[in-house]
Amino acid sequence: MIELKHITKIFHTQKGDIKACQDVNLTIQNGEIFGVIGYSGAGKSTLVRIINQLETQTSGDVIIDGENISQLSASALRFKRMKIGMIFQHFNLLWSRTVQKNIELPLEIAGLDKETRKQKAKELIELVGLQGRENAYPSELSGGQKQRVGIARALANDPTILLCDEATSALDPDTTEQILDLLKTINKQLGITIVMITHQMEVVQKICHRIAVMSDGYVVEEGSVKDIFEHPNHEITKRFVRDIASKVDDDKMNEDLKKIYPNGILLRLTFDEEISRLPIVSKVIKETDLQISIVSGNLTNTIDSSFGVLIVNILGGDEQSYADIIQKFKDYKVIVEVI
Amino acid sequence: MNEFLSQIDWEGMGVAIQETLYMTIVSLIIAVIIGYALGIILYLTKEDGLYPNKVINKILDFIVNLFRSIPFIILILLMIPITYFILGTMLGATAALPALIISSAPFYARMCMVAFNEVDKGTIEASKAMGASTYQIMTKVLFPEAKPALISSMTVMGVSLVGYTAMAGCIGAGGLGYFAYTYGAVRDNMTIMYTATFLILVIVFIIQGIGDYVVRKVDKR
Repeated sequence: MIELKHITKIFHTQKGDIKACQDVNLTIQNGEIFGVIGYSGAGKSTLVRIINQLETQTSGDVIIDGENISQLSASALRFKRMKIGMIFQHFNLLWSRTVQKNIELPLEIAGLDKETRKQKAKELIELVGLQGRENAYPSELSGGQKQRVGIARALANDPTILLCDEATSALDPDTTEQILDLLKTINKQLGITIVMITHQMEVVQKICHRIAVMSDGYVVEEGSVKDIFEHPNHEITKRFVRDIASKVDDDKMNEDLKKIYPNGILLRLTFDEEISRLPIVSKVIKETDLQISIVSGNLTNTIDSSFGVLIVNILGGDEQSYADIIQKFKDYKVIVEVI
Repeated sequence: MNEFLSQIDWEGMGVAIQETLYMTIVSLIIAVIIGYALGIILYLTKEDGLYPNKVINKILDFIVNLFRSIPFIILILLMIPITYFILGTMLGATAALPALIISSAPFYARMCMVAFNEVDKGTIEASKAMGASTYQIMTKVLFPEAKPALISSMTVMGVSLVGYTAMAGCIGAGGLGYFAYTYGAVRDNMTIMYTATFLILVIVFIIQGIGDYVVRKVDKR
């Protein structure tokens, strides 16, 4: 279990103080895939580096499995770090070493003998699916393959925690998908706790169990992916959820829709898990004389639930009948937003 | 052709080549060792380094810049009393070594620092995250990753050392520069001048060739 208690990190720069983390409190359970999402500059990279003390916090405590690692001696910290793997956006492989030798590096650091290193590297290469590329240099690999090497390297000393710093941000969507699948498999097979830092909502949506949303150094929202997706409270969270729901800037899209559908009213209907499979729209249509046309629809699947967004244009009524139909949708527990 | 070649004292030329190679190689080796040491200290003590220490860094930086800035021909004259004190003479190839080393070691220190600075910070961070000690970071990450740059700057320094030995030659250190000056320039024998120049060029090309070859071999980027 990773416990972050009142973590504050202030960078003193010539242009003044930068508060990268402000009173951050998080608890990450063993075996969990925990996502930290935020736009760049939100402090999430600093936060993940505080977990393995690559950055030291200005105040607060980091407790891993009951051990306060901020108080460890330099050498004890090095041993602790061997049990915390880390992967990076730009992979950070050594170009001077082959795939195999890159994976052996943490084992060399841990002081293991040559035979053990070789054996362990072989297993890891199989785990990440890089058989046949053992003797290739990083310059000969694709981005996805490089990240696989990064993952294998991070897992070399059998860590209990894997920190991922924007691990998929430099990859194309297909490769991202593959790497996420690999991380999911590793989480299941090895029971390793994964902390993912990302600005990509689709990443947390795909593999995270719980997430924290960061903005300006604060954790503004925390909860299961399902809760955050369905009931985003903070402005930043809403932006992330909208990003994934529509992939377009919402305000602009609303303006555009109003131009295309100048008559009647436009509604955004959000169906969460329990009601997303019920024939609500057809029921409402039967109960009203108004005309309903579907403008756009979107169904989003998270790791343990799904929710749908439907935008409809309603025509042929007056204020009162529009209010009635909105109420009808609300009676069916649909979240209604008038555009 | 025979007449052309007979003008040259081949035995003397042979000795001159040996002296030039001796001065270049010995000063290169010692300057590289000193330069490495200084370069590492400069790298480690810089502000965002592994052992930040402003005072040591600033002092060393100043010394390195100072000796790099003094023109070699002046440095060799300034060094005469020191050389005399150490070696008891100011003539001969060995007497040129202190000046050659003192002028080139700071140069190599600077080149080392640049080479280390260019090592991807991400790989250093990654090795820290793996639990590497500073010594392990240096031996397993910093040196291997900086190797091509370290070797190519060694090549650059080797080439400029050949030039420096020729300058040192003019004030009595021996070698091809001395040979060209005393037998070629002073006695107005252009044949000797051209031959000595040609031989210096051959040495330079060989150094450059070896350097480039090794860099190609080790650079897997």
